[in-house]
Amino acid sequence: MMTDEKKITPEIIKAHGITPDEYDRIVKTLSREPNITELGMYSVMWSEHCSYKNTKPVLKTFPTSGPRLLVKAGEENAGIVDIGDGLAICFKIESHNHPSAIEPFQGAATGVGGILRDIFTMGARPVLLLNSLRFGKLESNVTKHLLKGVVSGISHYGNCMGIPTVGGEIYFHECYEGNPLVNVMALGIMPAGKIVKGKATGEGNPVYYVGATTGRDGLGGAAFASRDLTEKSKEDRPAVQVGDPFMEKLLMEACLELPETDAIVGMQDMGAAGLTCATSETAARASMGIEIDIARVPRREEGMTPYETMLSESQERMLIIVKKGKEKIVEDIFKKWDLHAVQIGEVKSGDRMKVYDHGELVADLPAKSLVDEGPIYIREEKRPIYLEEAQKLDLSKVKEPSDFKAVLKKLLSHPTIASKRWVWEQYDHMVRTDTVFYPGHDAGLVRIKGTKKGIAVTTDCNSLYCYLDPFEGGKIAVAEAARNVVCTGAVPLAVTDNLNFGNPMNPEIFWQIRQSANGITEACKALKTPVTGGNVSLYNQNPSGAIFPTPTIGMVGLLEDIDKRVPSHFQNEGDLIFLVGDTQNEIGGTYYLMIEHGLQKGLPPRLDLEVEISLQEFVLEAAREKELVSCHDLSEGGLGVALAESCFGFWKSLGAVVDHLELTVRKNAKEILREDALYFGETQSRVIISVRPSDKESVIKRAQQHGVPIYQIGKVTSDDKLQIGERISGSVSEFKSVYEAVIPARMK
Amino acid sequence: MKATVVVFPGSNCDSDCFNVMKDVMKADVQYVWHKEASLPKCDLVILPGGFSYGDYLRTGAIARFSPVMKAVKDHADQGRLLIGICNGFQILLEAGLLPGAMLRNKTLSFICKHVWLRTDDTNNPFTNKFKKGQTILIPIAHGEGNYTCDDATLKGLQDQNQIVFRYSSEAGKTGEEFNPNGSRDDIAGILNQKRNVLGMMPHPERSSEQVLGGSDGKQIWESLLVSVKS
Amino acid sequence: MYNAVVNVTLKKSVLDPQGQTVLHALESLGFKDAKKVRVGKYFEVAIDAKDHKSAEDRIKAMCDQLLINPVIEEYTYDLKEAR
Repeated sequence: MMTDEKKITPEIIKAHGITPDEYDRIVKTLSREPNITELGMYSVMWSEHCSYKNTKPVLKTFPTSGPRLLVKAGEENAGIVDIGDGLAICFKIESHNHPSAIEPFQGAATGVGGILRDIFTMGARPVLLLNSLRFGKLESNVTKHLLKGVVSGISHYGNCMGIPTVGGEIYFHECYEGNPLVNVMALGIMPAGKIVKGKATGEGNPVYYVGATTGRDGLGGAAFASRDLTEKSKEDRPAVQVGDPFMEKLLMEACLELPETDAIVGMQDMGAAGLTCATSETAARASMGIEIDIARVPRREEGMTPYETMLSESQERMLIIVKKGKEKIVEDIFKKWDLHAVQIGEVKSGDRMKVYDHGELVADLPAKSLVDEGPIYIREEKRPIYLEEAQKLDLSKVKEPSDFKAVLKKLLSHPTIASKRWVWEQYDHMVRTDTVFYPGHDAGLVRIKGTKKGIAVTTDCNSLYCYLDPFEGGKIAVAEAARNVVCTGAVPLAVTDNLNFGNPMNPEIFWQIRQSANGITEACKALKTPVTGGNVSLYNQNPSGAIFPTPTIGMVGLLEDIDKRVPSHFQNEGDLIFLVGDTQNEIGGTYYLMIEHGLQKGLPPRLDLEVEISLQEFVLEAAREKELVSCHDLSEGGLGVALAESCFGFWKSLGAVVDHLELTVRKNAKEILREDALYFGETQSRVIISVRPSDKESVIKRAQQHGVPIYQIGKVTSDDKLQIGERISGSVSEFKSVYEAVIPARMK
Repeated sequence: MKATVVVFPGSNCDSDCFNVMKDVMKADVQYVWHKEASLPKCDLVILPGGFSYGDYLRTGAIARFSPVMKAVKDHADQGRLLIGICNGFQILLEAGLLPGAMLRNKTLSFICKHVWLRTDDTNNPFTNKFKKGQTILIPIAHGEGNYTCDDATLKGLQDQNQIVFRYSSEAGKTGEEFNPNGSRDDIAGILNQKRNVLGMMPHPERSSEQVLGGSDGKQIWESLLVSVKS
Repeated sequence: MYNAVVNVTLKKSVLDPQGQTVLHALESLGFKDAKKVRVGKYFEVAIDAKDHKSAEDRIKAMCDQLLINPVIEEYTYDLKEAR
């Protein structure tokens, strides 16, 4: 074995983020000291990003099985769900937070590239993208720079790939100052029987490297993502990769021709931890050995060491395990697309992963030791001290505002609530001619050509709730995501999650992780939406502290008949407006309390899963019976914001007169309802629906059958007027102009 | 109608055009890979949108050298129909099949949204089913749709009624506020002198079915059907 | 071997939205002395040619056929023998 000149010192071990205990573990596995290449390989594979060493015990609690699941969480690169008609969908969410903080354009762009490879590596054609973004306050120049960079990065990559970005969410809050979150979700469709596994099976099968050349870019990116961001991080700039969406488009088209051929046994993208991860994971999944010679790897730079080659995170590269004797079929496909396809090794019996450089052995270790046998930590957890103070809220001291109209305008012009048109008009959201609901709806909706089906997708997480009560916040993230999907008429199927938290070594942070995960687990079980996989991003903190706990939920739903879709906005003059679900005095953790009273306090709204299920079942049934003209979920900003948004139709605005609030909602409330709670409270499990007058009786009856409170509160009008109760009256256009204006004005 | 959709590396509206031809127009349609030296005999060739060659160098600059482009030029020279949409329009400009060039949008960012177009010429195979001055709602999705040309070229386009579509208001009024990309004379689509080649930035294939939000673009395909039959 | 350096800019008559945006950004950063900005492209091409004259012919041909679009762009070049 070639021993690298470099002596392994305690400093080098530390610089790789390997603890002394972990180092001992490596020595024990190898029965010798590792060389520098092997040390590097362990360091990336045992990083949180690849091994989930800090969160595995928590992730284990997620429900991961269901009748429609074809591939379970953790088994493969992404979860796969059967949707009937011989089709399956494959989806996943992934973070690119740290790279985006350093270089927002390339960080976000390569985030898109990475998640798309996760999908097409399984043989599925990506059909849509979503993104969940968090930034500091939009007033700051740094935030503007980051927002601009991230949005153009996503636009650059997604648009060029020809995959529509159909939805997502953006929050602005000071806790994300200097530590933005960029979570990208992709979904693909494939024939149910044509799943490509990331497995290196069959002794003697050749291992191919395809796609872009390998350079020094992105060296140690996975390890980079697993550390706190500091001022010094900016000096780590070479760790950021540069994306080439054109290359990836060709790679995708070529890779999607492969499942048609019967010439391959496995495929795996080279993302975090590059060649090291792709080779060891494919071998470990198949319980086989693998040998490669890195001298054959196409390079873009001269003089790269084995260490650099094995750890490079150059983008747009894939590993393909070809059936012996069918090499030519694969080579011809890549030739057609003018791409590299080079055999770099083969599958071996046994369990060893051996790496050669010009025939000389440079790394020799058990593949499973990198993938499955990394350390697992049960971290200490402690209820955070801040909660004591933060959860306290004396409602009697919260004065009701005198001007409700001004409050509504303030809410509508908060960048988190305001229209994100400035953002999504930079994304091609229509390419592929399947997008039925554009961004701005409760959930994105795409049709599946050749069937009657549609797929509804959304991402959700109110991190203020999670900060004040991680358990309830995690529960609500799932329930609200499901509700958004249900509002379109689609049945929620499954979840992908992106857990964004601070440093897990801090027991208070780990408590947040545990509690959020418990909340997600409880809601996913109740709503029968298993978790199919996802991503964990820790160490999201800067010198001033950790971000709010942000367990982002990506929810996917199935609409059996696209003609039964329900839009989010009012459609016809004269339709009746109903508020479905009861309202309580829930002001804690609301946007109203934060924006009007400057308080981020109190217990967030409580979510009763039984109530939520009844509501969702009612909406789905009414949608199937075509009784719902529109349906919109109540979230940040409560009834006031939801009513205004319902008027801001995609094609045209309508008005609304909501003059029955006193007689219905308030009269029937279980307690004396504060007016601010009625107008802006965020009680869960509520939606606004609009219904043709002729369907009034049947809708009311249907709600009663489901035990769901329903209140007829007003009427859709054609004039430019929005009246809500006795407190708010104005023109739709004045509300809409503040809603539309704020982000473009700040981004000028 | 027999149609051919040319696929360049980086094309991404190729299947959208194909599907509209096949599913909506029930036409006989096939793909041709850019490395082919010849085209099947057909009535209509479509150069689809996308990012051919990643938009590297200039939009459409490298695609124009694809082997198939010689056959595309021959097809046009024989007076048969050719439409370039978005990146297809950019390729037609680079290839010299239409006059002028593209610059980046005045906003410098990619724009994807529905815009109104006014139909200013109906005396051609692509818009014979339109009324002159008719406005249609149709999506754009581009970063470089800021059409430019010199004064003499513009005068030629105007004098010979080669400007088919201009960005406008719903009522057909033109002006800076209705022009999304800063194109000269609000140009959204132009013809060649022989009037058998149309280049346009908006995407008619994205507005040919009501389920996608509108079907104003379908009239272009219907016009072509009339032209081919006559 | 010859090394050619090609600079491409938009023709003076063509509006340069990128250049204008950069100029505004410079102004807002306090560079009031910046009066005009044109954004262009830069190429480095290594040419295998027997002499300066033939290298020059080749780089001109490359520019005219591919590197620039004569409708909107113009170029200058600098050619040196590689050592």
